[in-house]
Amino acid sequence: MEAFLTQYIDAYYLRIFVLIGINIILALGLNLITGVTGQLSMGHAGFMSIGAYTAAILTMQYQAPFWAALLAGALLAAFFGFLIGIPTLRLEGDYLAMVTIGFAEIIRVFFLNFEPGGKAVGLYGMPPNTTFVLVWGIVIVVILLNAKLLDSRTGRALYAIRENEIAAEASGIDTTRMKVLAFTVGSFLGGLAGGLYAHYMSYIAPQDFGFMKSIEILNMVVLGGMGSIPGSILGAVILTIAPEMLRIVADYRLLFYGGLLVILMIFRPNGLLGDVRIYDIKKRWFKKEVG
Amino acid sequence: MEILKLTGITQEFGGLRALDSIDMTVKQGQIYGIIGPNGAGKTTLFNIITGIYVPVEGTIHFHGQELKAMSPHKVAKLGIGRTFQNIRLFNKLSVIDNVRVGSHAINKSGFISDLFGLPLARREEGQIMIRAGRLLNLVGLYEKRDEYADNLSYGEQRRLEIARALALKPSLLLLDEPAAGMNASEKVELIELIYRIREEMKLTILLVEHDMNLVMNLCEIIAVLNYGRKIAEGNPEETKNNEAVISSYLGVEA
Repeated sequence: MEAFLTQYIDAYYLRIFVLIGINIILALGLNLITGVTGQLSMGHAGFMSIGAYTAAILTMQYQAPFWAALLAGALLAAFFGFLIGIPTLRLEGDYLAMVTIGFAEIIRVFFLNFEPGGKAVGLYGMPPNTTFVLVWGIVIVVILLNAKLLDSRTGRALYAIRENEIAAEASGIDTTRMKVLAFTVGSFLGGLAGGLYAHYMSYIAPQDFGFMKSIEILNMVVLGGMGSIPGSILGAVILTIAPEMLRIVADYRLLFYGGLLVILMIFRPNGLLGDVRIYDIKKRWFKKEVG
Repeated sequence: MEILKLTGITQEFGGLRALDSIDMTVKQGQIYGIIGPNGAGKTTLFNIITGIYVPVEGTIHFHGQELKAMSPHKVAKLGIGRTFQNIRLFNKLSVIDNVRVGSHAINKSGFISDLFGLPLARREEGQIMIRAGRLLNLVGLYEKRDEYADNLSYGEQRRLEIARALALKPSLLLLDEPAAGMNASEKVELIELIYRIREEMKLTILLVEHDMNLVMNLCEIIAVLNYGRKIAEGNPEETKNNEAVISSYLGVEA
């Protein structure tokens, strides 16, 4: 399969497809925390870097099997997500955002000084184990499990916390536990994406996981529509492709990128798919038929 | 049989005494009304019963179990459902999902079984759906089950809050100004609804209300609060004729 793909698809496009897949995993992880549960996290790249470095160090220095390294990276990220989830019990909105930014910065500075992680130079030469098929296989599993989770007792409880925390408590939802759960699962996905990224690029450095990366992931979730799985996927696709498409405007790339975001947010303040439901589409369609 | 017993409940907010040693006993199957002017401490009392505030002094017993310092979700799990004075729905969830969230307390399916759709989760989902449909039928919102909650009218939102509270199979239902903002015919429907749910679900109902007519019609026992003190308690007739109540709340007749 992989050989077939590399033979018939241009390496450049294949690379973009792989990055889209990794970004979808990142966006779905953050969507769970910020989009669904409503806990504004601006440090998702921090979890990604934990997964990336852990997996990279394990495969390079300990010759661990790739799958084990990926899992270990994701689990360690999940553990840190769990820790970060605890302050959310007391903090909300802007204050929580500050804490998550601070956390991601601490992680970045840590890796900047971390000897086994190559300090500022970073790590290179990871075995390129991440393939197109692997990434998209994981993406499909993640999407399916995400959809299953969000349409369940747990998922509805998470949405309820976003909508009204006091009413959620009064309905018997342990909001504390649920918020920590969202952080843990979301960071697990962040760490998983990090491990995949490290073994695709074969090179990672602390600056890959800076504040801008966190904002980029947050953009995907907000642009696509908070709490919507198709939204996060679409957001990840658009924001991965956009910088590539904008190569034609060369130096003005970032200008256009920012402008695009501003325009989209003016016309779709709830995100592209944030308030789109099958029910509403059906209703509109039905009305047309009658009229 | 007593279902809820408050003894000596006292609450202070920064030196202001909101509630001053309130004693109250609600019996099984009663419709118990709490009235009083604005700021008398009615909602504060609700928030204490449901665990949002921890009282400075006093004890709360529900079915003989101490509720003080128990967090709100645990109180809900014991079977106390409530509505809010300023409506608190899950606005961007559909009407039926609001009710489905309400049944959180009576189900068990956890993260793992939800994630993989294990049999426990699937079995519960079916029951949750059926119950939510029934409750929406009861409050007359079944036709609107797929609307967003914030697209409902004010009266409908109040009824949806009741349906959501009923979803946790409460034995005690607290209604915080259920008739606020309703017109006359909606109020009549509300009274019928409250009677009906009490009969069908064997509920005890504790309600705070401003509408005198509604309280006098509906409640079997009425407690009157003023400045955090309970100044009277009794059936509607007694309350209406109580001098302390007349002077502080109903107003002296000319």
